[in-house]
Amino acid sequence: MKPAPFDYARPADWPAALALLAAGARPVAGGQSLGPMLNLRLALPERVADLRHLPDYAGVSMQGETVRIGAGTTHAAIEDGVVPGRLGEILAGVARRIAYRPVRNRGTIGGSFAHADPAADWVAVLPALPGHAIALGPQGERRIPLAEFVLGVFETALRSDELLRALELPALPAATRFGHWKFCRKPGEFSKATACVLALPGAVPTAVLAALDAAPLVIADASALLADPTAEAARITATLALDDPWRAALARTALRHAAEAVR
Amino acid sequence: MTPTPSKGVGASLRRKEDARFLHGRGRYVGDIRPAGTLEVAFLRSPVAHARLLGVQKPDGGLVFTAADLPGIAPIRANSALPGFRASDQPALAQGKLRHVGELIAACVAPSRAEAEDLAAACLLDYEALPVIADMLAARAPGAALIHEHWPDNAFLETRRDEDLSDLDACAAAKVHRRLRTARQHMAPLEGRGVLAEWDPRLEQLIVTTAAQMPHVTKTGLAECLGLDEGQVRVVAPDVGGGFGYKGILLAEELVCAALAMRLGRPVRWIEDRLEQLTANANCREHYYDVTAWADEQGKLLGVEVDATVDAGAYSLYPFSACLEAAQIGSIFPGPYTLPRFRFRTVSACTNKPPILPYRGVARTGVCYAMETTLDALARQLKLPPEAVRQANLVPPDAMPYRNLVGKVFDSGDYPEALRRAVAAVDVAAVRARQAAGEAVGFGLSVFCEQGAHGTSVYHGWGIPFVPGFEQAQARFTPDGVLELRVGLHSHGQGLETTLAQVAHEILGVDPARVRLVHGDTALTPYSTGTWGSRAMVMAGGAVAEACRQLGERALAIGAALLQTDRASVRLVAGQVVAGDAAVSLDQVARTWFRSPQNLPTDVDRGGLEVTAGYRPDPDTGTHSYAAHAVVAKVCTETGMVTLEQYVIVEDGGVLVNPMIVDGQVLGGVAQGIGTALYEEMPFDTEGQPLAGTLADYLLPGATEVPDIRIDHMETPSPWTRFGQKGLGESGAIGPPAAIVNAINDALAPLGAEVLDLPATPARVLAALTKAGRA
Repeated sequence: MKPAPFDYARPADWPAALALLAAGARPVAGGQSLGPMLNLRLALPERVADLRHLPDYAGVSMQGETVRIGAGTTHAAIEDGVVPGRLGEILAGVARRIAYRPVRNRGTIGGSFAHADPAADWVAVLPALPGHAIALGPQGERRIPLAEFVLGVFETALRSDELLRALELPALPAATRFGHWKFCRKPGEFSKATACVLALPGAVPTAVLAALDAAPLVIADASALLADPTAEAARITATLALDDPWRAALARTALRHAAEAVR
Repeated sequence: MTPTPSKGVGASLRRKEDARFLHGRGRYVGDIRPAGTLEVAFLRSPVAHARLLGVQKPDGGLVFTAADLPGIAPIRANSALPGFRASDQPALAQGKLRHVGELIAACVAPSRAEAEDLAAACLLDYEALPVIADMLAARAPGAALIHEHWPDNAFLETRRDEDLSDLDACAAAKVHRRLRTARQHMAPLEGRGVLAEWDPRLEQLIVTTAAQMPHVTKTGLAECLGLDEGQVRVVAPDVGGGFGYKGILLAEELVCAALAMRLGRPVRWIEDRLEQLTANANCREHYYDVTAWADEQGKLLGVEVDATVDAGAYSLYPFSACLEAAQIGSIFPGPYTLPRFRFRTVSACTNKPPILPYRGVARTGVCYAMETTLDALARQLKLPPEAVRQANLVPPDAMPYRNLVGKVFDSGDYPEALRRAVAAVDVAAVRARQAAGEAVGFGLSVFCEQGAHGTSVYHGWGIPFVPGFEQAQARFTPDGVLELRVGLHSHGQGLETTLAQVAHEILGVDPARVRLVHGDTALTPYSTGTWGSRAMVMAGGAVAEACRQLGERALAIGAALLQTDRASVRLVAGQVVAGDAAVSLDQVARTWFRSPQNLPTDVDRGGLEVTAGYRPDPDTGTHSYAAHAVVAKVCTETGMVTLEQYVIVEDGGVLVNPMIVDGQVLGGVAQGIGTALYEEMPFDTEGQPLAGTLADYLLPGATEVPDIRIDHMETPSPWTRFGQKGLGESGAIGPPAAIVNAINDALAPLGAEVLDLPATPARVLAALTKAGRA
């Protein structure tokens, strides 16, 4: 299980990274998905562009009431509280359950989101949150609403000449309520169903159901789910017409548990 | 006065080998890379069944097919059992491909990555053949033949005919179940790996390999390569777990050896997890059709079993393709006094990798079939599960007991083990929770493990090896360090510690001054190696005997140094003592080696070096046994099972090192939990393995193994040196049965039952759905 030969490039600045991308390089951040794919020769890029040394790629900054999370911020940093406030608590709770700590030490929020594995943890949570993914392309930055970023299995709204540079989210009020539940048989297993529900004070609650071997289902108005988790989880899951009865049961359970866990 | 803590038999001495293992200083095949080493990657079959028409090699690379490496005889592991059909497994495929992952060509390069590039650049020409991916389909009329000169796809069929047709009329209960265990994959932390070198000075092939039976590997290599055994030296350095996998002669070992001889360079292959998962380390996969009849107390009146084992495409060396299936008949009665028994077993040949013996071998499946059947009887008779077992267990006053298929049980109190296991769990609390509607259950399994079975058991199998007398060498170095040399190998068992404890028990030498030399055929007496839970019984007995004889020689020299006669001296704490006078074994050793002028004239000229052989009498094997008790909770929404309590009452005879025994039991139980709930290597209908990484093939980890309580009984075996019994596999035998029994106890009120392993959430939920309860 050794990768096929490839060139390794380490761009020092964003223009260099975009130039590499334009020349066909495959971007890599923490390498927790691409690494195994390279070793299994499922990915055969001619060149890999290592983004980890780009300026401001990792780290969190506040711009007024907006939290900007560098795409290269690791799951571990988020778990350890690099994001402030109520938003940070919510994200830390999600990060803590991603795979194992060695994976979290290297894996990044932006790398995972841009990879768009349907079972990935951020894919199942970020679309429920207000805010934007910041894409950087030849024409500069472009803002993509988080709920519209993942389009399908390994498919995002990023154009082929764009990199995910950061995530920008509003700081959340302390009274924000959140519930999250995922099913895997052991830590590290790919989730078989993940759901979350977000209730901002005074706003319509939102929810996401993911790990469906498809794009995450974004529920823009989850009021009914919060009001009657059991019935609404069953109704929503039925609309998906999932083939596998076990996966359907898990999806239903995930939605219900996430709604019941809201606090 | 506090007695000095013993370091001998029975002491929980800390493991001598752990200093290097825990500091990352173990030395494994993967750590050894002589200058000039070439690395091998194998071009493997992408299909399960095909006619191989040709291999187009890339220009300029070192790629070797079967035609390029003539003179390697195929691996052939025969059995003398009547009707057995041997298979010829070519080291590199010739003419036909019989499973995904079969070796086609060796690609050789300075690095593994470059070797893999070569493999990726090869083009294969083959003609696909119909695939036999399931053991029950293997014998269907008109099924494609995997070995075309056979009449059907079976290595062997065995039977015991007994007419049970009258039992329907007289039995109070009858149950019939069809049960399947999954094909699994052994996952030692260290995979296989081999480094082959040709030494032109010695005209000797030196094969450094991750092996648990180095002498048998040597014999197999010599036979297939056409070398004298003296021309082959096998070195097994530190080995990171074996579980049976590392007892098998691999085609990869043969190819690396042939390449080293051809190229005159060291040649190395280090297995990766993909190869291990998909091509090499397959195991288990049984199918049982069981019918059992019992009276109203649950006493078995008779059992009928039709068992099939998916043995894969080839007969593995040295254990053969019938090791599992042909044992099923003899071990199915388990610890019970079964009065009547009828069986048929089939070793089915399929287009899948050969299944290899994995810790517990056939017993894990047999225990699952027998124990779930007993629970089904208990439910039908509305008896507690322990009552049905107590009605059938061999009673202690019947020991030694010979059962209806001729197995001989040495000693023990099986009913007491079960009583203790049940008493350790608050069963009433489980019943109360059930009454309140909770899906929680209580499950049991009781089983025994034959270990250290020897010549009398194995000669009848007629497989490539028969264990005989186990030998050990004991010798002093000139400074009085005791060296033990044994031909079997420690790959996690802690033999460097336990054999030193045995030597201490006999000679009083501090275990810190005992060195174990093992894992090198050039330095150790021949042994069939570490398998079948035999090391502590066989090597323990041999080391004890060698040390006893060595002690006699030391006493004679020590008596002379003390100017007294042999009858006046004895060994005390590493000294030869006569009254108040004493001379240390160090001084005795120094005298023999460096001051021979002081030796008595009638000294034994064999000196301070003894090779002694040992075999228990009788050598039909020890029987350790255990009762496992489990409380499991089932989530009826997701099918997820949580193990709440796990209790083991184990009797391994006299325990040489109880701490190491606990470790053996716990590790085995972790593997058994994998068998019960997680581990499964699925294949599609084209024989493609579907779990290529450990993200797909789930192994239990620390978070999946509950707190396990172990209670030891220590009934000595009357047949072994210290009363010890083999118990290394026991932990892996009982869990699937006990866990699934607990699950089914939880599901029973819902009318659901799990039959197939592993009891994954999907299977549990399917059972509930079938019962209309999900």
